[in-house]
Amino acid sequence: MAGQLKEVRNRIKSVQSTQQITKAMKMVSAAKLRRAQDAIVQMRPYAKKLQEMLSNIVSNSEGETGMALAAERPVEKVLLIVITSDRGLAGAFNTNLIKLAKATIAERYAEQHKKGNVTIWSIGKKGYEHFSKNGYKTDASYKDIFLSLTFGNVQQASQAAMKAFEDKQFDVIEIVYSQFKNAATQRFEVERFLPIPKVEKKAGAVKADFIFDPNREQLVAELMPKILNTQLYKAVLDSNASEHGARMTAMDKASENANEMLRSLKISYNRARQAAITTELTEIVSGAAALQG
Amino acid sequence: MNLEILTPEKKLYSGEVYGVQMPGISGSFEVLDKHAPLVSALKAGRVKVLKDKQSHLANFDIQGGFVEVLNNKVTVLVEGAEPVE
Repeated sequence: MAGQLKEVRNRIKSVQSTQQITKAMKMVSAAKLRRAQDAIVQMRPYAKKLQEMLSNIVSNSEGETGMALAAERPVEKVLLIVITSDRGLAGAFNTNLIKLAKATIAERYAEQHKKGNVTIWSIGKKGYEHFSKNGYKTDASYKDIFLSLTFGNVQQASQAAMKAFEDKQFDVIEIVYSQFKNAATQRFEVERFLPIPKVEKKAGAVKADFIFDPNREQLVAELMPKILNTQLYKAVLDSNASEHGARMTAMDKASENANEMLRSLKISYNRARQAAITTELTEIVSGAAALQG
Repeated sequence: MNLEILTPEKKLYSGEVYGVQMPGISGSFEVLDKHAPLVSALKAGRVKVLKDKQSHLANFDIQGGFVEVLNNKVTVLVEGAEPVE
């Protein structure tokens, strides 16, 4: 009986210390999430203005604006930029992203994959570890972006991707990432990076007698790479915020489960204790009765 | 006129100014109050924010970017900028 008591007590202790860890991780994630969200908010005015500028230029010009980055070629070589996290313990976050990347390959690029023409650039260690172990063609150049998440670092990756596209190393480039909705929900998405879709003329754009310097075509050609840089940067920031959100939710659930476990352990602890007392009492009483008798 | 300098990481400057000097792709130029609508690419150089004719409020070294002037509002978009004294 005493042995059982001790066992239960040890288990309670271990569950308690685990719970402390999960609670701490939750708080850390909450703080990191706030910072990640701030970064998204900070970037928004820039991204919005960039888009506005583009649509102003396109809407105020006649005819088409053709660009090297919009070239649609027959798809032979594919690049997937998969943005996962560096660390685990974020619930199904990384698993879902990897699953989505694999499903995309299986559905859309199965033929190219068979020929070995699907390359994966992983941003984030978890994705890299998985894909390099499972026989995918990977490139580790950009896996460590999360170590220092700055626009400059992301810019390098997106410029390298653009260059590879222009050099015809890839015919299509997609980003697999997690869109940040709120702390509890992430939307896992595949987004086209290159070639860029045709820019539509918008009815809402300002019609004004703009002075353009240099001419419109060149301006659009200069704006496009900036927009792509921002697009990748946004995807990375979104994934980062999603990761912390996912971890926060996972840790919250874990703490809750620990509570549940503690409760049932305490009940069995008390039962065991009571049983021990009862047995002892019975022993004493029957012992006394034997002496009297 | 109103000036905003934006980067992907943060808003660098926002407020009422007398004018702003920028390194345009085909030469440095200055935008003053009630300038005509303009979209221009910028090359690497220094952006000077002017308080009045003589003194400036702030300077930034940029790697390149874009400027849009519309309805007396100037928006400068740069990918990286260092404030300088």
